[in-house]
Amino acid sequence: MLESLAEKRRVLIVLGVFVALGVVTPFLDLFMQSLVTEILVFGILAMSLDLLLGFTGLASLGHAAYFGVASYTTAIIMTKEDWTWTFAAFQWADSLGLGLFYIFIFALVVAMAFAAFFGFLAIRAVGVYFLMITLSLAMVVWGLAYRWSAVTEGDNGIIVLGRPSLFGISLESEIPFFYFTLTVFLICLGLMFMFVRSPFGKTLVGIREREERMQMLGYNIWLHKYLAFIIAGVFSGVAGVMWTLFNLFVSPPDIELITSAEALFMVALGGPATLIGPVIGSAIIRSLQQFISIYVERWPLILGAIYIITIMLGRLYGVEGILGLFGKFRKPAAPPDAPEG
Amino acid sequence: MTTLSFTNIVVLSFNSLSYAAILFLLASGLSLIFGVMRIVNLAHAAFFLFAGYLALEFYNIIFGTLSLMPRIIQLVSWTLLYFAWRGLTAYVAPRHAALALLLAYVVLETLCSLVWGFRFFELFFPHVPVKPVDRINFPGMMAAIVVALAIAALCGMFIERFFLRRLGQDTLSQVLVTIGFAFILQDGSLYTWGGDNFMLKQPWPLNFSAVVWGLSLPQYRGFMIVIAVVVAAALFLGIERTRLGAIMRAAVDDPEMARGIGINTNVVQMAIFAIGALLAATGGVVGGAFFGVYPGLDFEILPYAFAVVIIGGLGSLGGAVLGSIVVGFIENFGTALFPELSYFALFAPMAIILAIKPTGLFGKG
Repeated sequence: MLESLAEKRRVLIVLGVFVALGVVTPFLDLFMQSLVTEILVFGILAMSLDLLLGFTGLASLGHAAYFGVASYTTAIIMTKEDWTWTFAAFQWADSLGLGLFYIFIFALVVAMAFAAFFGFLAIRAVGVYFLMITLSLAMVVWGLAYRWSAVTEGDNGIIVLGRPSLFGISLESEIPFFYFTLTVFLICLGLMFMFVRSPFGKTLVGIREREERMQMLGYNIWLHKYLAFIIAGVFSGVAGVMWTLFNLFVSPPDIELITSAEALFMVALGGPATLIGPVIGSAIIRSLQQFISIYVERWPLILGAIYIITIMLGRLYGVEGILGLFGKFRKPAAPPDAPEG
Repeated sequence: MTTLSFTNIVVLSFNSLSYAAILFLLASGLSLIFGVMRIVNLAHAAFFLFAGYLALEFYNIIFGTLSLMPRIIQLVSWTLLYFAWRGLTAYVAPRHAALALLLAYVVLETLCSLVWGFRFFELFFPHVPVKPVDRINFPGMMAAIVVALAIAALCGMFIERFFLRRLGQDTLSQVLVTIGFAFILQDGSLYTWGGDNFMLKQPWPLNFSAVVWGLSLPQYRGFMIVIAVVVAAALFLGIERTRLGAIMRAAVDDPEMARGIGINTNVVQMAIFAIGALLAATGGVVGGAFFGVYPGLDFEILPYAFAVVIIGGLGSLGGAVLGSIVVGFIENFGTALFPELSYFALFAPMAIILAIKPTGLFGKG
């Protein structure tokens, strides 16, 4: 399945890093454990955006929408006791040890429905119009979370009391939940890796590179983009479910524009179309946020400065993300007119 | 769903028009910048909010009890920083200069916090709690508006000259850099003025309602419409009729040829960005007495501006006029008829128009 030796080695390195992470994390303190878990959750979000931005060439500035829809759905089906049938179904599934499956299926179907609807509106637009529409649609979701207080509790957010157990294993404490997150993360990584290497994924790269040619070859551009949009939305939903289960609280600030922009920045920082780069971006941004927040409370101000400095430096030295930096060190003698990936 | 009486419809239409006036001021700048420079400026609504805060501050300085001292210290600090940068870059490479300034900042910050007990950072972003003033007058309002507009336009020029110009035509970089500035302006405003909701005061002749045929119409809303009409007319005439407008159009249509005949396209681009920021700031100051001024307003109103330019088409002034009227009416009538769904009501026509014409009604693509 893997084409070259170099690729095999890269996959082994990545797997090795995550195995090492799985071994080391239980020995860290609670703060670091929850930081690692948070990095993995946002890693899923950033990777899902990479499917759109890196592989399909669609810069979506509203990726927090599906994240938000899934995280709110999770919180709602776990807490809304007056919605009798969903709550009863959740209780029943939870008593069988399948509460998590119920949550995942329910929330991902809702996220998929939203992605299908929003994608239908957005995919026709190109370039900056696509960007503006995805942003506006994400603001619609934010508006629902903020104003539709009968369901979403508005500004107060929803507090979730406890995580459901998995086959009778309690996920309440940090370490089991970390392993659960790592498992979900690796499943998502594997699925997305297979996805981008499939003929479908290759077609998406072709569309990114030369849309007219792919159209000439008889590919249905709209359908390919639309399906990629939905798939990215579903993976973003996975991140949303994990966020609610991790944080046990969702509120409108979790899903506003800053989250979408952060996801976009994670991809740009780590290196687009690399799948693992966005995870590195997530690690950097989330660690910075946690450590800087200890000393100063002005996180958005610093985040804005980081955006500007990183992008300006990247343009100045012609580097595409941190993984691009690696490539630059390794092949200093690359011909300057080589086509970029 | 409630039914509307004729009186309600007239009042709602008037409100919609005044709402559209503010949206036009905001969206026309966005549209202008895109039309000329192909940049989607996500910091645009941040200028809107920032100008509102600036106006609030100047009302306090002129009519209230607020001291000018922190602002003078801030201005001096930034000026000194600028000259330090200029001086350093004259001798060493910019990256070494940046490193040196960063080191100097860390040392001074540590020194200041430990020895004198104040944050060095606060010299550049002073924390000034504002108290709402009781009353203002018309000339004072105009003075505050002029100062707020000038500062916002200067900010816009600064961002264009030192950042956006160096990015070229890479949309993703532009988006991330402008959103970075949006965060900085937003959070800097939150730090400086605090998280309270403020309402800009309306000056004397405008703070009453006119009674026409038994309908009470707030005069300030009429004033908003007048301002928007004046600005729209000035933009139309300025772009279509003057020599400056012709230079601008030339720089847009064929930058290479324009440079060839001696037009400095860099200056044109900077001017356009400044005008765009100025338009947003006008909206912010005039609209601050209508929407209020509070943290988060910028990202709340940005989708409306986007809806306007998506419906009207980016880069078209006529499109911005039409789009803002459409959005203003939908928003006001939608909120009156189905309050919980007003966000969706706004985006339905947007979707329909996009399905018919993906670049908006008057879009240049």
